[in-house]
Formats: sequence, structure tokens, C-alpha cells
Amino acid sequence: MDVILLLANVVSNAAPLIFATLGETFTERAGVINLSLDGTILLSAMVGFVVAYSSHNLILAFACAGIVGALIAGIVAASSLFLGLSQVAVGFVLTLTCRDLAYFLGDAYTRLNGPQVNHLSIPGLANIPGIGPIFFDHNVLVYASYFLIGLSCLYFYRTKYGLVLRACGENPKAAYARGIKVKIVQLGYTLLGGFLVGLAGASFSLCFKPGWGRPQGAEGIGWIALAIVIFGGWDPFKVALGAYFFSLLQILSILFQNWCPSVPAQVFQVAPFPLMIFMLVILHFSRQKAYHLWQQGPVWVRFLIKFLHTTPPAALGSSYKEDG
Amino acid sequence: MPNLSSTLIRWILTLGLVFVFTSILLLLTHTPPLTTYWLLIKGSLGSLNKLARVFQVWVPLILCSCGLLFTFRMNLWNIGIEGQVMLGAIGATATLKWLAPFCPAWTCLISALFFSFIAGALWALGAGFLKTKAGVNEIFAGLGLNFVAQGLILWLIFGPWKRPGIASMSGTKPFDFSLWLPTLHNFPVWGIILAIICLGITAIIITWTRLGLELKAVGLNPFAAKLYGLSPNLNTLLAMTLAGGLAGISGFFQVSGVYHRLIPAISSNYGYLSLLVVMLANYKWWPVPFICFFFACLNVGSIQLPLILKIDSSLSGVIQGVCVLVFLLAQKVNLKTKKQIN
Repeated sequence: MDVILLLANVVSNAAPLIFATLGETFTERAGVINLSLDGTILLSAMVGFVVAYSSHNLILAFACAGIVGALIAGIVAASSLFLGLSQVAVGFVLTLTCRDLAYFLGDAYTRLNGPQVNHLSIPGLANIPGIGPIFFDHNVLVYASYFLIGLSCLYFYRTKYGLVLRACGENPKAAYARGIKVKIVQLGYTLLGGFLVGLAGASFSLCFKPGWGRPQGAEGIGWIALAIVIFGGWDPFKVALGAYFFSLLQILSILFQNWCPSVPAQVFQVAPFPLMIFMLVILHFSRQKAYHLWQQGPVWVRFLIKFLHTTPPAALGSSYKEDG
Repeated sequence: MPNLSSTLIRWILTLGLVFVFTSILLLLTHTPPLTTYWLLIKGSLGSLNKLARVFQVWVPLILCSCGLLFTFRMNLWNIGIEGQVMLGAIGATATLKWLAPFCPAWTCLISALFFSFIAGALWALGAGFLKTKAGVNEIFAGLGLNFVAQGLILWLIFGPWKRPGIASMSGTKPFDFSLWLPTLHNFPVWGIILAIICLGITAIIITWTRLGLELKAVGLNPFAAKLYGLSPNLNTLLAMTLAGGLAGISGFFQVSGVYHRLIPAISSNYGYLSLLVVMLANYKWWPVPFICFFFACLNVGSIQLPLILKIDSSLSGVIQGVCVLVFLLAQKVNLKTKKQIN
């Protein structure tokens, strides 16, 4: 297979993952875990497809899907921030419920041909040899994903709002003492993160795995998105790299499938998921004793370890009590 | 008894809200709600055969929930239970397949039960070691192993254990009738006995033994437990082993008592469903059998919905999920009102 075609596939395949993972990065950096991603992606994929099918308006479809995503995230945030429920428990229940809800409500719309996002290559840029076909010969969603990566990197580390966001996730008490309304900030970023996850869902059903059905094909992606956020160490740029890495694994698994026809195709479809999750083991050892041993190794190992070395937001998952 | 009345209020509130929500949902899809509820009841309790089907779901749910009672005690999210059920099923299938030509049927079944426990427990230990040694959160370790288990089952069904002739999604070649777990008027009596024994043992361990207390202590405050000389890591591994073993037994029941072969969807999502059961039981053992029965009725009752009303059978999953969600919310709302009164 042509290397350029392969890389182009990797880039376009990663776009919905980038929406989902960066959305979750915003949420987790603010100190909230939204575990409901897998269900949210399916439910918003269903809503996006149904709205697009009945209204033929893609922008409306994406907006509705995003709002559904934000609503689900809102349930997680409100129940933990204002009622003190466990974020993991609520998120997990929502994962299962939203998935079944999507199958139930979307049942009447299975296997229909709906509108899709059109291919749009950027004139001029797409003609650059090498880079052009890889990066600029896709659709609007892929370009939006580049834009989102750049924007979130700037937002996190170069704006005052980004500082507030990180402060709420690292030390909510200090942030509160500085006059920041911690709960409102956390609620806001959870809603924003949910909106992005909703967009990811709609981009599956309207572009990357078009149509609705049971199974849709986006099952399991939400869990992978959660793992990628950890893999990327809660840093938007590294998280995006993680998304491209998973996309590469998926594309490679299709290639390997052609090379070994004796192994059933289903095994290759499943393989990237555990591989990505077990990457987290490597991350852990970069934090352990081995860290010091490996640091004496060659330059590239040192660089890799420094790159992989991460710490989670300190207040992640604990709902902060202002009076406590 | 203010405790009992508040529990009762919580349950009535939960069921009422779930009823309202489900009815709205059904009206949205232009389905008459009352007919749907009637079909759900008739489809699960309408005849003895259907009741027998309910118990076929009840048994694996009870077994998985018993396992989860141990891990939840430790505040562990054993999402990997789904994979542990699958590994139990693989263990049972392997034992039945390999021992059948050499041993009488009952020896095969007993050894299959034993090996399914071992297989599930080892798989759970994998997740446990990933947590204690490699620092991977048990949720992701479990999920990763679930994907691996799913891949393993698919590989076995399409590879080494494929049906003579063609390999297909319908699973391996069914076992000889002598290897089926005996039933009484379709009721899986042996499964029911097994489930009751496991529930009893779980209840005794959790309530009256030192081990149960230790698990609870480590779960409530790992730091204090460590000062007291308990090892959080050892207890994590122990709880995971017990949970995995019980999940493995439910895999054994799925293979020998329900499908009589290995199929790709052998776990039938019962692992995830029993996580909901235990949450709805408020992590106590005594409501588990009743909730399992309720959930099993929903699962069995919803099978005929697509045929009669043309709606998807995932309605049962929606009702179950919303039940747990509303129950969790009702708990906190109740507490809030109580505090205000005081």
C-alpha cells in the first residue's frame, strides 16, 4: 500500500477521535471525569443521523448532536458537583443507558441512506507533493480537527482562561480562594467537553462510518478516547498524537488482515483496542524505578521517557466542596 | 423505623420516575405504553416455560453480582467482569471438549465447573496485577482484557474450535446431550442451586468473617488499613480472584446450561448488567436476588417486543439503566431533605 495513502487514511480516520479526546481533555483538566463517552458518542451519532435525515441540514444535525452530548455531560457534572454523587458511578450507568437508548430510539432509522459530509480538498495546498494529499485532501471535519488541536494548545497554555481551567483541576481550593467560581467553571468545561464528544458522535454517523444501525461501528471508541487522554498525559498536543497513534494501529490492523488471511478478520478489528490500553503500562513504568535506569540509556530513550512522563490533574474526579 | 420508610420512599420514587420516563419514551416512538408493559409482564411471567427462561438469566446474573459484591467492597470497579465470564466459558468449553471422550458426563461437568472458576480467576488476577504492579486503573485494565477475551473467543470459534465444515458466528459444534446441565421442566435446577449456594457463601464471607471486614476496611480507608497491617494490594488481588472465579462459574453455566456450545456473545452483557444490579442493591447482598429477578424479567420479556410492537428490545436496557440512575439521584435528594429538617 502507498505510504501517502496510508498516512492520509490515518489522518482522516483520527478526526472524530480528536474531537472526543480533546473534549474529554477539557473536562478532565477541569477536574471532572466524564466516563459516559462510549454511550454519548453512540447517542449523539444516532441523533445527528436522524436530524440530518429528516431535515437535510448538516449544520443543524451537528448542533443537535453536540447539544445531546452536552446534556449527558451536564448530568454527570450536576450530579457530582451539586449532589456529591460518584462521577465514575454516574458516568458508567450513563454509558450503558445511552447506548441502549440510542439503539431503541434509532431503531426506525437503521440502514437508511442519509446525507453525508462532502469531500472538499483545499485548492493550492492539496497540490503540494507529499504533504498535500496527506493533510489537505479530506473534508471539513478533518480541517476542523487541526484547528481544534491548535486552538486547545493555545487556550490551555497561553490564555488566562486556560490557567483558570488548569487551576480548578489541580487545586480547586486555591482557585476558590483567588475568587474563581470553581463549580461553575467545572460545569462549563464539562458541558463544552460533552459538546465536542457529541460532535465526534455525529461525525461518525454523518461522515466516517455513515449511517445508523446496530452495531453502528463506533462501539468501543469512547473507551479508547478515555484511554488516549491518559496516554497523552492530559496535554492537548500529546493527546492528539495519541489519537493519531490509535488511528495508525487501526489502519495497520486492516493491512495485517490482508497479510494473514488464516486469522479471522474479527480478531484484527478488536486488536487495536487492547494494544492502546496496554500502552498505559509503558506509561506507568516511565514513572517508576525503571525511569532512573532508562535515563542513563541512549538519547532517544531519555527523550521518549521525558515525553511520556505525565501526572494527572491533582483534583481529578473528586467533587470539590466549598464549605469543607 | 425511619430507615425502612426512607428506603421505601426511595424505591417508590425511583419506580415512579422510571415509569413516567419510560412511558414518555414509548409515546415518543408512537407505541402504546400500557400494552408494552403488559407484554413485558406476559413475556416473562406468562407461562412456566417463560419463567424457566427468566431463571436461565437469573442464575448468571446472581453469580456475577456475588463476585462484584467483593470488588465493590474494595471500591474496585471490576468492569473486566465481562471478560472473566468469557474466560470462564472458554475454560468450561475446553474441559468439556477434552475430557468428554475419557470420563463420564458428571465428572466432565464438575471439572468444567472447577476449571471455569480457575480461568475466570486467573483473568481477573491479570487485571489485578495490572493495577497493583503496573499502575493501570482497574477500569482500563479490565476493558483491555475484555477486548482480548472477545478476540480470543472469536479466534477459537473461527480457528481451532470451528464447526466441522464451515466456521460461523453461530459458534462451535453443540455438545453431546449428556453434557447438558440437567433441567427439570426446563428449569435450570442445578444452576439455581449453584447460584443460591454462591450467594449464601458470599453473604457469610461479607457479613461474618474477618476477610469481609478486612476488605471493607481497605475499601473505606486504604491508608489506615495499611497502618493496621493489612495489605491493600493483597486484598485487591484476593477480591479480584473471588470476583473472577464467580464470574467464571457464570460462564460455565452459560456454556453447559444455556447455549450448550461456545458462541461469540457468550457473556450476553450479563457482566455489565450485574454492575448495575449491585449498584441498585446499594452494594448490599440481600436485595441482589430480587433485583436480579426483576432485571431477568425485563430481559426475557423484551425479547418479543420487536416482533409484536416493532420496537427494539434494548428497551429493557434503558429501563434498567434509568432505574439505577434515578435510584442514585434519589439517595442524595433524600439525604439533602433530611439535613434541612435537622
